[in-house]
Amino acid sequence: MLSAEIIYGLTGVGLFTLGLRATLLQASLLARILAINVCGAGVFLMFVSIAYQGLAQMQVPDPVPHALVLTGIVVAVSATALALALGRRLRESKDE
Amino acid sequence: MNPLLWMLLDLLLAAMLLGLGWAAVATRDLKRGLALFIAFGLLLALAWARLRAPDLALAEAAIGAGIAGALLLAALRSEPQDGQPAAAPSRVFLLTLNLFSVLLAVAIAWALLSALAMGDGVRLAQAVTEHLSQSGVSNPVTAVLLNFRAYDTLLELAVILSAVLGVLALGPARPGYRLPGPVLYGLIRWLVPLLIVTGGYLLWVGAHAPGGAFQAGATLAAAAVLLRLGGVDAAGLPAAVVSRWLLAAGLLAFLAVGLLVTAFGYGFVQYPPDLAAGLILVIESAATLSIAVALALAYIGGWPSRRAQSGSLHTHTTEGGTH
Repeated sequence: MLSAEIIYGLTGVGLFTLGLRATLLQASLLARILAINVCGAGVFLMFVSIAYQGLAQMQVPDPVPHALVLTGIVVAVSATALALALGRRLRESKDE
Repeated sequence: MNPLLWMLLDLLLAAMLLGLGWAAVATRDLKRGLALFIAFGLLLALAWARLRAPDLALAEAAIGAGIAGALLLAALRSEPQDGQPAAAPSRVFLLTLNLFSVLLAVAIAWALLSALAMGDGVRLAQAVTEHLSQSGVSNPVTAVLLNFRAYDTLLELAVILSAVLGVLALGPARPGYRLPGPVLYGLIRWLVPLLIVTGGYLLWVGAHAPGGAFQAGATLAAAAVLLRLGGVDAAGLPAAVVSRWLLAAGLLAFLAVGLLVTAFGYGFVQYPPDLAAGLILVIESAATLSIAVALALAYIGGWPSRRAQSGSLHTHTTEGGTH
């Protein structure tokens, strides 16, 4: 019987790798930023799987990785916004 | 519920996550990729709920799928659509890349599985549970974010502030949207006040249940995104002078509280246990406003134009702007 942490952990590994592969393969900046976000989701999934394993031991999942991932989600969206703004500026300066 | 049924649910959700993730990054049509990415974010929120991380489920639905999706869609709107197709990558490059990806996946999977196999190591969760009663809140995730690991959150607010300063420095706002038709306008009139109330509730409830400053800030930012889509160029933000202070309020309040407690013999951001609840609420309220303004400005892509800030474009605009 596969446990939940193994299923979601390996899904995280898969998402990280396919996100990274697409980041290296795609030409368009927007597609790359999207792929990096998928990549990040994979990392979060691995973290939360390890936190979920604490359930057996403590009756609650480990809150420390949860807090780190929450921080990560917010930082990821800020970085996405900055990357998109940089991309827009880059295109505008190319057009000039 | 039967463990076998749980496993089937897990496998189904995992397969859908992988499928949607793959489809989102592999498609050549960016618009389609973005729609799939938003669906992927919502499924991910479901996965967080399944893994007993409701704080993350809320944050993912509001930020990961909601705000990030809106940001990417807004960027797509100004992206030139014709974009000549890129030259197909060479065979050698593709082969190397695939080989590299497979090797990397195997290596990470091995590392993860051996970490999971070690299982019964010492967990910080024990320390959190032991000291939770002194943290001033009863939601362990909020306790970790605002008390035990307050440095992380302080620096995170600094990261958000610097990212938004970067966005603001890079140029003027994107052009706004047309005034909506009556249906969208009616929806916005209902949704915006509801989102503001929900934001306030999430902020308050974060002390003892899933919720907190990040989810609340993102919900307020969602209200701003809606207003902007409804043709309100300033997205409900106050005048630039006030917005600037709100943008910095979270970091400033955090620093002020952190330094204030040092005057009474505590360490930096080490709160006295009987005052912790109040201090955390002060920091979280300021952080909520900062995060909301930061995400809204990031979505607008710069300061809204001066004309929009006077808020007298149209009756719709003034009505919407005062909510």
